[in-house]
Amino acid sequence: MPAVSFAGVSKYFYHHAGRMLLRDRLLHLLRRSPKERFYALSDVSFAVETGESLAIIGHNGAGKSTLLNIVTRVCAPSAGEVAFEGRIAALLELGAGFHQDLTGAENVHINAAVLGLTRRQARESFDRMVDYSGVGDFIHEPLRTYSSGMIPRLAFSVAINVDPDILIVDEMLGVGDQKFYEKLMERILSFRHAGKTLLCVSHSLETLENLCDRALWLDHGRVIKVGPVREIIKAYQDSGAPLGRAKGSR
Amino acid sequence: MWHGDILFLLQNLVFRDFRVRYRNMSLGVLWSLLNPLVMMGALTFVFTKLYPSPVKHFPVFVLCGLVPYNFFTLAWINGTTSIVDNSGLLKRIPLPKEIVPMAAVLSIAVHLIIQILLLLASAIIFGRGPNLQCLWLPLVWGLEIVFVCGLALLTSAINVYIRDTRYIVEAINTILFWLVPIFYSFDRIPARFAGVYQLNPVAALVLCLRNILLTATAPPNSTLERLTTVSFAMFVVGLIVFRKSKQAFYDHI
Repeated sequence: MPAVSFAGVSKYFYHHAGRMLLRDRLLHLLRRSPKERFYALSDVSFAVETGESLAIIGHNGAGKSTLLNIVTRVCAPSAGEVAFEGRIAALLELGAGFHQDLTGAENVHINAAVLGLTRRQARESFDRMVDYSGVGDFIHEPLRTYSSGMIPRLAFSVAINVDPDILIVDEMLGVGDQKFYEKLMERILSFRHAGKTLLCVSHSLETLENLCDRALWLDHGRVIKVGPVREIIKAYQDSGAPLGRAKGSR
Repeated sequence: MWHGDILFLLQNLVFRDFRVRYRNMSLGVLWSLLNPLVMMGALTFVFTKLYPSPVKHFPVFVLCGLVPYNFFTLAWINGTTSIVDNSGLLKRIPLPKEIVPMAAVLSIAVHLIIQILLLLASAIIFGRGPNLQCLWLPLVWGLEIVFVCGLALLTSAINVYIRDTRYIVEAINTILFWLVPIFYSFDRIPARFAGVYQLNPVAALVLCLRNILLTATAPPNSTLERLTTVSFAMFVVGLIVFRKSKQAFYDHI
């Protein structure tokens, strides 16, 4: 039984730049200009078995984040069927809802609530999170006084407490220093050992090769190839793809 | 799908909004007292010295209008922009979206508590002091909060598709200052408009507050019935519209 399966999934947006104001809406009603569709994903089909880990590779704007957002159910597909087995699909999201004017402690609480921890879980794990992040006394200072490395560290300390059935990692492997990277890898591997499903997006092909069994290659919203991770990455590199880490697409 | 603790989330969103609002103010929450006090002073000056009003206890009288009006306008505008303001969050985490505009309204309700204390204090200083009828206060305010939550659900959803909505809301708020009986009493309203006034929950709340604090009488049953009906109807309409449109929020925020 696959943990996630996509059958002919498409997601399109309308080009609506400049159509968000009342004037544009009214003009649009009068003129009925044809709407242009932009396909972020078109006719994507694949399945991930429970316990398997799938890498998603492709250029910026290939539709990787849209695909992940459909898996987490932040957005609904425009066409096609998505089926889930397993309770929760969660994005290992760093600092959702963080606010610069609030203290580290306040942000930890909000972030914990947003990521779905209960009041009790949040209270019980608070000290551990603060300890793990290593921000020390800064925990009672506003986030804007933090160094750029401290914020992802704090965010990560909260995020590792989420325990989903399907873990989704989107372009997070590039943030933080070496130590942070190692902690993250350790977390992901322990998650894999627990027999859970992993979906992973990164421009760091080397990391993906270490973490994942299979890969899905997306280009302009279409599936180019699905298969064993080495094979797909080889084909992707041969097609003239940029190597190494690049900035994430969103 | 999001499997969290919804009350814990609501509480955190409410306090985030509340704290962010007052964090960078040296007087903190006291600012929220300053506005009604200054307005009360100005309106009392105009309507006791320039255009003398026959109303007794004018400072309490005008504050009974200002506190509901201030709450309504702030909560409505804060709720209206809430979905767009929180787009970063909503695009990454599959939260139950309804909670966002409601948290925005409730965060304004937190400092409403301070304003109601101000209202009671002014009733003691300038008027006749609190009485047993004050037990009606939680009910009438509760109904008002239900009403604003419904309205915020409706306009926050519209604001996603038409970004001018917030300016329309601001314009309506300006007009409401004159159409809600803040500095005039219900007796001045011609009979043929009285029914319309009672359907406006802000005006109905002002009427209830004046009954409670100035004449120590219970709010009229007819007003309470209308306030209840309109508030819950608004909430249901807001919720239905919000649920229908929330699927497509992602494409627009």
